[in-house]
Amino acid sequence: MSTRLAKGGRLIDRSAGMEFTFNGKRMRGFAGDTLAAALLANDQMLVGRSFKYHRPRGIVASGAEEPNALVNLGTGARLEPNQRTTTTELFDGLAATSQNHWPSLELDIGVLNNAFARFLPAGFYYKTFMHPRPFWKHVFEPVIRQSAGLGKVPTDPDADRYEQAYAYCDLLVVGGGVAGLQAARIAGASGARVIVLEQSPHWGGRAPVDGDVIDGAPAADWINATLQALEKMENVTLRSRTMAHGVFDHGYVLAEERVADHTPGDGRPRKRLWRIRAAKVLTATGAIERPLSFAGNDLPGVMLASAARDYVVNWAVSPGDRTVVVTNNDDAYRTAIALVEAGLSVPAVIDARAEVTGALPARARALGIAVHAGRAVVKVKGGKRVTGVSIGLQAGEGAVLDEISCDAVAMSGGWSPVVHLYSHCGGKLTWDRKRAMFRPDPDRPPLTHDGSPLVYPAGAANGALSAAEALADAVETGLVAVKALGLKPGTTPLGRAEPADEAPMDPVWIMPQGAGAALKAKMWLDYQNDVKVSDVQLAAREGYQSVEHTKRYTTLGMATDQGKLSNINGLAVLAGALSEDIPAVGTTTFRPPYTPVTLGALAGEARGEIFQPLRRTPMQDWHQAQGAYLEPVGLWRRPYCYPRAGETHEQAVHREILNTRSNVGMLDASTLGKILVKGPDAGRFMDMLYTNVMSTLPVGKCRYGLMCNEQGFLSDDGVVVRLSDDSWLCHTTSGGADRIHAWMEDWLQCEWWDWQVFTANLTEQFAQIAVVGPKARQLLERLGGMDLSKEALPFMSFAEGTLGGFPVRAYRISFSGELSYELAVPAGQGAALWAALLAAGADLGLQPYGTEAMHVMRAEKGFIMIGDETDGTVIPQDLGLDWAISKKKADYLGKRGQERSFLASPERWKLVGFETLDGSVIADGAYVPAPGVNGNGQRNVQGRVTSTYLSPTLKKGIAMGLLKNGPGRMGEIVEFTTADGKGMVQARVTSPVFYDPKGEKQDV
Amino acid sequence: MLILECPYCGVKAEETELSPGGEAHLKRFGPGSSPEEFEDYMFARQNPKGVHFERWRHSYGCGKWFLAARCTATLEVFGTYPAQSSEPPAELVEKIKAKRPQWKGWK
Repeated sequence: MSTRLAKGGRLIDRSAGMEFTFNGKRMRGFAGDTLAAALLANDQMLVGRSFKYHRPRGIVASGAEEPNALVNLGTGARLEPNQRTTTTELFDGLAATSQNHWPSLELDIGVLNNAFARFLPAGFYYKTFMHPRPFWKHVFEPVIRQSAGLGKVPTDPDADRYEQAYAYCDLLVVGGGVAGLQAARIAGASGARVIVLEQSPHWGGRAPVDGDVIDGAPAADWINATLQALEKMENVTLRSRTMAHGVFDHGYVLAEERVADHTPGDGRPRKRLWRIRAAKVLTATGAIERPLSFAGNDLPGVMLASAARDYVVNWAVSPGDRTVVVTNNDDAYRTAIALVEAGLSVPAVIDARAEVTGALPARARALGIAVHAGRAVVKVKGGKRVTGVSIGLQAGEGAVLDEISCDAVAMSGGWSPVVHLYSHCGGKLTWDRKRAMFRPDPDRPPLTHDGSPLVYPAGAANGALSAAEALADAVETGLVAVKALGLKPGTTPLGRAEPADEAPMDPVWIMPQGAGAALKAKMWLDYQNDVKVSDVQLAAREGYQSVEHTKRYTTLGMATDQGKLSNINGLAVLAGALSEDIPAVGTTTFRPPYTPVTLGALAGEARGEIFQPLRRTPMQDWHQAQGAYLEPVGLWRRPYCYPRAGETHEQAVHREILNTRSNVGMLDASTLGKILVKGPDAGRFMDMLYTNVMSTLPVGKCRYGLMCNEQGFLSDDGVVVRLSDDSWLCHTTSGGADRIHAWMEDWLQCEWWDWQVFTANLTEQFAQIAVVGPKARQLLERLGGMDLSKEALPFMSFAEGTLGGFPVRAYRISFSGELSYELAVPAGQGAALWAALLAAGADLGLQPYGTEAMHVMRAEKGFIMIGDETDGTVIPQDLGLDWAISKKKADYLGKRGQERSFLASPERWKLVGFETLDGSVIADGAYVPAPGVNGNGQRNVQGRVTSTYLSPTLKKGIAMGLLKNGPGRMGEIVEFTTADGKGMVQARVTSPVFYDPKGEKQDV
Repeated sequence: MLILECPYCGVKAEETELSPGGEAHLKRFGPGSSPEEFEDYMFARQNPKGVHFERWRHSYGCGKWFLAARCTATLEVFGTYPAQSSEPPAELVEKIKAKRPQWKGWK
């Protein structure tokens, strides 16, 4: 039984009881508990089922490295899956449920997988469940997917809010243990701006639990004094409950602060993502204890020795009445001693080392604890809970010499420095043979912008495991960091701990070392991903020599473990199987985040309406007041149509088109890109940008132009206006304005930097209104102020003047085929001009129209649309736009690209129109199949539709598309696939211009 | 996340303020160039593990393009200079040579 002890617990407040539920069962804990501690206090050792085999799993650790005890936390809109019970602070009313089992935690059908474990070895999905083939998709995969996975994804929108904040400092100290605090104090005294981050709510790390003595007093005294000193320094910021989870280029560090995780719903943001820029980073991230690989090391009740000690000392929770300690080092004796001092029974310490001589074992022996040297745990006995261990020789093959009954096992395989943050940005490790661990290589640290080291590891994170070593290392490293910042150290009291008299550890990767296959198939390396010693050895036998390949094949160290518990044991087993040295095998790459970061924190405030900034035209309020149906166009929200009561969107679009073609319509074209190109060399520049000649465009005239990229593919189009002798106004597509402006600047700044040209993106300076239809002139003349006659302002020309008192530029350009004026006014007057037009045109039948009517009308007219007829592989010549390509110009952007031989092939797909024989509308994106199949067994194709609409003007389906040698096949009947892919529809190849092919209507 | 100093406005700009523009000092080949020259200009890039010259634009700052010399393996930045440069400044080349004796030069 695990239970709450009557006395002790340095972190709990026994006067503040709290109630919580686990799988609906009511339980009690205290303020200061972690959820894991509270669960253990309620004898809830079984907390989850394993990922693959659904084996019962208990709490293994007491910190961020916990692999098993992940729960669904909260309910409804506050449900968060995969929350670590060991780092979750208990609060009153907390509700948690266990994961990955069906129907219940106690009775899980999935445990059948355990019985069939031999069919689920490493990489099983590559080699079993293959035949018969349809079974994978319909039987095996659904069943495997159902039984795998951890928590459930929440379905409700998150009820909490999250925020992000920026911070800057000279030195970021990650880790608030004794090493971090010491280093921070040294840096603080030097005048450096220091931020200290601590993952837990408590400062001081393991020192108080381990009973360390600093400056002759308990570690807690030194910790408190140091904290007080740091709090007094204005240049030092202390932040607890904050996990630095990634170090990135040039000192960028992301950290997640758990602001209100433990006080849900109190109005504060649940989490705060810190985006920190530090000149230097000092990682005092400590070390993580390694499990030992013995059979049954995953049974509930087997935990890390340090965790057992933490639960007893910090929370007064005993993991069991009788705890067997199994170790290869002296540190685990601290656990045996702590347990006995708490009044619990330790029937034996099983020590793999042949000789056990240190001071700590001596103290344990003095307390009456039996120490068995040279022994191994052969097997842990029990089902859902440890009931005992069988003991054999570590040097042997697993013959059982003795059996000890117990209800908990505390294991220690030594310690691994937490090198994750040090490694994220390229820091390299070195193998410390004496201590059997990878630690930061002082000669190969991660570098920052000036080539100097970025990260300075200190204390246990640097391999200095004991308090005495860690403090000394923190002093040394702190001074190095201060010097690297160009500062002078101030006067700082330096803490000193008594050197610990610890005998060396003895690396033990498999226990017992000669264990056979049956035992090895029950030795877990990675609890979270269910990877065993036998899996890694199988991978090695199957030829996986690289540790990175083995990781992916076996899933060792994947997911949230990120190598915290499994790394060293796994690669040591791999090295053994390959008969290689451990450093020759190396480690896998440590990647951020160190611990999972909730998506809400990464999103921060960017959700809902402020997910992204939206762009508004000056007439946006009017559109929305009219109930316009909006569609996204880049960051704009343009009216798609203006439906009237009872109208469908399609009916509205058709009404708008017919009204525009017979009366007059009005479009908010303000989103159209408007880029001014001005200067003595502007004409020359325009001729390079566009495929046709723009320098010869007379002042007051408009010309349609095409822009291509250097490969020759069509990139953007629009009407160019010659405003004056040295200035051109380039209209671009709505979505392309920023891109094209950047494109112009790129060429001007980086290639033709001696040309005297300025560009300015005026898109938002002007509101633009297209007034379109046979009555357009009549409407504008009512406003009065300028001559709009055909003679004064012919098609494809422009004039500046006033209309109804508004200063306007009037362009005679048409994207619909009708008589059309586009009016540009200063943005601030756009809404007023729009209203003035509406008032003046009421009796002419003036109606606004949206983007869909615009699209249909341009398709009726055979005008191309960038993004519909183009996809980045289409040259203007494919679209019959040869007339807009200058033959005379020596050069323009894309000219050389278009000279490539394959672009001249008669096999190119070229633009044509399509008319279905039955008048129906061809499906969007439909293909014209060709006989035969290609190399992949797919049907050959010879063309596809690019724009397809029901034309209300022509009362039939019309389409444009690209067809192999299209212009040479006029009148031919081709077949398109239908939307459901089952039928075919016949269509005649036609000119893409369906409406007014002579252009008489627009030129009046 | 890189920090590059914009040589125009002097701002030490974070990567979110910048837009990358690929390899620097490419020579444009237009009409009349051979297929090999054009292919090289269009598609062939050095992609070294080590010293690299790059184009960056201070898009959310002064809007200027500039060039940067940095080490792709260690993230060290050797320097930035205006885009209106047909080759890296001599002192920058010297600085890189001093720091990377094995480096074969910028061309």
